[in-house]
Amino acid sequence: MAMMRYAEALRAALREEMQRDSNVWLFGEDIAVYGGVFKVTKDLLAEFGPERVRDTPISEQTLTAMAVTAAMAGTRPVLEIMYADFLPLSIDALMNQASIYNYIWNGQVTMPFVLRTQGGGGAGAGAQHSKSLDALVAHIPGLKVVAPATAADAKGLLKAAIRDDHPVIFLEHKLLYNSRDEVPDGDHLVEIGKARIAREGHGVSIIASSRMVIESLKAAELLADEGISAEVIDLRSLRPLDRDTIRASIAKTHHAVVVNEGWRFCGYGAELSATIMETAFDELDAPVERVATHDIPIPYSEPLENAVLPDAAKIAAAARRAVA
Amino acid sequence: MRNSPTIDEQIEMLRRMIAVRHLEERLGELHKAGKTRGPIHRCDGQEAVGIGATAMLDAADLLTSTHRGHAHYVGKGVGLHPIIAEILGRSTGACAGRAGHMLIADAANGLLGGNAIVGGGIPAATGFAVSLQMRNRADGGARVAMCLFGDGAAQTGICHESMNIAALWKLPVVFVLEHNQYGLTAHHSTQSSVPDLVVRADGYGMPGESVDGNDITAVYRAVATAVDRARRGEGPSLVEAKTYRMVGFSTSDVGGYQSADDLAAWRERDPIVLARRSLAASVSPAQLDAVDAEARAAVDAAVEQALADPLPGFVDHAPSAPYYAGAV
Repeated sequence: MAMMRYAEALRAALREEMQRDSNVWLFGEDIAVYGGVFKVTKDLLAEFGPERVRDTPISEQTLTAMAVTAAMAGTRPVLEIMYADFLPLSIDALMNQASIYNYIWNGQVTMPFVLRTQGGGGAGAGAQHSKSLDALVAHIPGLKVVAPATAADAKGLLKAAIRDDHPVIFLEHKLLYNSRDEVPDGDHLVEIGKARIAREGHGVSIIASSRMVIESLKAAELLADEGISAEVIDLRSLRPLDRDTIRASIAKTHHAVVVNEGWRFCGYGAELSATIMETAFDELDAPVERVATHDIPIPYSEPLENAVLPDAAKIAAAARRAVA
Repeated sequence: MRNSPTIDEQIEMLRRMIAVRHLEERLGELHKAGKTRGPIHRCDGQEAVGIGATAMLDAADLLTSTHRGHAHYVGKGVGLHPIIAEILGRSTGACAGRAGHMLIADAANGLLGGNAIVGGGIPAATGFAVSLQMRNRADGGARVAMCLFGDGAAQTGICHESMNIAALWKLPVVFVLEHNQYGLTAHHSTQSSVPDLVVRADGYGMPGESVDGNDITAVYRAVATAVDRARRGEGPSLVEAKTYRMVGFSTSDVGGYQSADDLAAWRERDPIVLARRSLAASVSPAQLDAVDAEARAAVDAAVEQALADPLPGFVDHAPSAPYYAGAV
């Protein structure tokens, strides 16, 4: 085990997979010479050269479409989209291209590409650089969507995503890049589609992903002081969704809080809530509580931004309502 | 002249153009008879572009097409029966009835594939070209990508983005602009202030050539030169082939916006008539009549076979496919 920052873990995954497979290559805005605006791809140009680590023009629509077809033609591209807020520019390539070909062409092609991006608020980056658009991409059939909360999962999931023969949308969080935790040594892989119990408990299940796992763990501390035992599930994978782990947890706790940093209306929490209704209704002792970002653009000024984003206090309040 | 097709190649291209024209006519009848679903986008009058531009490609070269791609499909070597069976929604179709006529793909023949998001094929071909460039450098190959797209698609933002990247990275891709004058019902003059879109090539630092899109030999020569350049690793080119859409946008188009004078003038310049005329000095009328009859008969046979083929049952992908992974 080694202590590693989330960004370093991502870089280690990229480096190891590029060393392992010469078909893996990276492209995106400012990723090569500069090493990425969050420095995830730092030093990789020097190690792998300009054919495999490419700076690009500002052309997200085309870059995403190129990832789709480059992947069909024998290489494994990893595209960095600098902010998740730019994903709407990628959506045609994801929804009308990547989503359809494996099925519509009757299995004639696979598309082993990874689209890495980072989202989330809390950095004062304003309404066009702070969003969590998990639901936008998780809605699309044929895509896998992962959102790691820890450095260990960042590394293990990115390695798994690069080896996957199908498109994977890899959602990072700008406030997690400097967080540190233990990363297993060696060829550390995390299976896509498997959730993790981040904290065991027996009174209420808090189901979250990405930075909201960290907030949920803080909430669990607050709740423990009040005698409420919260179990925190880190989904890690948004699609496919690990329904078994969710169901097993609720069978134990009989209460559920779903947390997602995206907007509330038609958000990812709505899918979690519906899934719980479909798979664990008989286990529930109370309605599912939902914590999400307010349905307004994310404002700039700190008190305003804090007011709209979910946090530990809001999650704890939802858990109290659930068990009341 | 450099890169001129041989007489045998010209005969084969004529055969393919006749097959596509007859396919379009048969599809018109089948649509009226309720045998097809949704709109059909015919390419009557434009056959020389799709057939001429693809005639020098190998199966390992990758082609992207459009919503009006029947000539592209045939030119890339896809069989008539899998095309027709797909359009008739049969399990024997190129994509087992999942795709329909706008989205046909045939990986074995390097057609990947039809694309009904206008402009969608342009970044797709550019993406193919990145992989082909890397693989060519690794294995000494000389594969290229080609994008057939229209004057409507030329107005999209992704057209600009793709051509900029293709030229910047010297990608092995050939952009063939099939300029049929219309985007749905809107004439090109209402879509761009520039009548000849080939001028854009200069802006990306790539060669551009404009040719008569109804003269299949001219199309072949210009595209073959661009393909050779791409195979040598010298980067992309733009070929603009001027043609004219002789039929409506689709089978649902009620018309009324194309002038009778234009239609009459372009009918005089039918690419099949022109191709026959240019072969007249070398090939007997009897032989050309035989080519015509064989091409039509091949289409008719494929239609009859496809009509007798079964419709597909709804069969899910295996659980490992992405659509069902982990789903309850």
